[in-house]
Amino acid sequence: MRGPTIIKAEDDKTRQLNKHTLMAFSGEAGDTVQFAEYVQANVSLYTMRNDTELSPAAVSSFVRGELARSLRSRSPYTVNLLLGGVDPVTQEPSLYWIDYLASLAPVPYAAHGYAQYYCLSLLDKHHNPNISLEEGMKLLERCTDELKRRLPIDYKGVLVKVITKDGVKVMDFDNDRVVRSA
Amino acid sequence: MDKLVAQYSRPAHQNEFYSEQEQQDLNESLPPLSLKFSMPPIDNSASFLRAMTDDHSNPSCPIKIAHGTTTLAFRFQGGIIVCTDSRATAGNWIASQTVKKVIPVSRLSRGEDKPSNDPTPGLLGTMAGGAADCQYWLRYLSQQCTLHEIRHKRRITVAAASKILANLTYAYKGYGLSMGTMLAGVTPQEGPALYYIDSDGTRLPGNLFCVGSGQTFAYGVLDANYKYEMSEQDALALGRRAILAAMHRDAYSGGFINLYHVKEEGWVHHGFDDMNPIFWKTKLDNGEFSNVTSEL
Repeated sequence: MRGPTIIKAEDDKTRQLNKHTLMAFSGEAGDTVQFAEYVQANVSLYTMRNDTELSPAAVSSFVRGELARSLRSRSPYTVNLLLGGVDPVTQEPSLYWIDYLASLAPVPYAAHGYAQYYCLSLLDKHHNPNISLEEGMKLLERCTDELKRRLPIDYKGVLVKVITKDGVKVMDFDNDRVVRSA
Repeated sequence: MDKLVAQYSRPAHQNEFYSEQEQQDLNESLPPLSLKFSMPPIDNSASFLRAMTDDHSNPSCPIKIAHGTTTLAFRFQGGIIVCTDSRATAGNWIASQTVKKVIPVSRLSRGEDKPSNDPTPGLLGTMAGGAADCQYWLRYLSQQCTLHEIRHKRRITVAAASKILANLTYAYKGYGLSMGTMLAGVTPQEGPALYYIDSDGTRLPGNLFCVGSGQTFAYGVLDANYKYEMSEQDALALGRRAILAAMHRDAYSGGFINLYHVKEEGWVHHGFDDMNPIFWKTKLDNGEFSNVTSEL
């Protein structure tokens, strides 16, 4: 978005940091992609030098550290991040909520911006760590339905990616569903 | 012959209206709708009030108005559910945890004032925004509704009552009133009726409203699970759950869950319950709120 104009409706606001770690970002235009690609490059550099895959926990600590360093510089990055991954050794999935003030929180579900206000209460009610992928997609649909219903902004659909132990996969998602209000 | 006359004439009390003169006297003995208050000796009292009370732009403002709430009401097949939290905050300070934010309007037809489990006739109003404004003007509305009942020998419709309040808030627009209220009632003329009225002068009829700082959280739960055809039990549970969601996530909402059901015979109170045991019961029994850990 630039002023009142949508420049691109289907922009991918995620970067894959390694085989099983994905980072979604929002915030200041320019900062977001710059920071994400900087982190992406450094994670792969570390992996090449040391011949070890970093776990999501390790990546999240690195990202938080970089944000905290940047926050104390003359031009800090204003980016909010959601970092998800599956540990290559334990196969445990994890999600990290990181904001532009370099707070890091491991959480079962998360959102940034106005979406928090509408979706977190829904996720509080319907989320359960043991749900299947299909049930998870249903829950996501409940969230996007609520955003379509109540947010004054038309955000032109969502891009859905799923991280499993086998890597990252783009999911089919029906963005043309019409939602009716009560 | 008497039988025939009785059949075609109206019931006796229908002709017992006041005469034109009597009605005019009655009206003139009342204060006008737009009440006159003494204003402070300042050029622009509204902007003065804003400067004194707006802690968003000035955190050290001298007057902190009691704000922050979650209230909800929705229509369904069996009537209307009205549910609120009970927290009053003034800035960051929790001023009270036991506020009654559901206010009965028009109590004349109740006859007696003893507590009972039977439905109580009349409308319900909810309170969000400035606590004083809501209490004062809903009491004033109650007075007007009671007078309407005496004058016209029937209960006021929700449409008419909400219009009295909306006209009033519109008359005071820009004077710094702060209220977001819902009026709920079931009348023979309208059936179940629900209106939203706020201090901007907005008045909207609708099926489902959430008002206050926790509104988005309540909408999230309510929208996803709302169906007009649901049972009374499901509706009560959904109202309670939606308020719980908001009380959990919104720092300015909390305390007790105050639940009402409005039906044809009147409104029924379904408890003023501490949220804490309800929260833990919901979490541990249903596995909800999985981001909160129960062990250290």
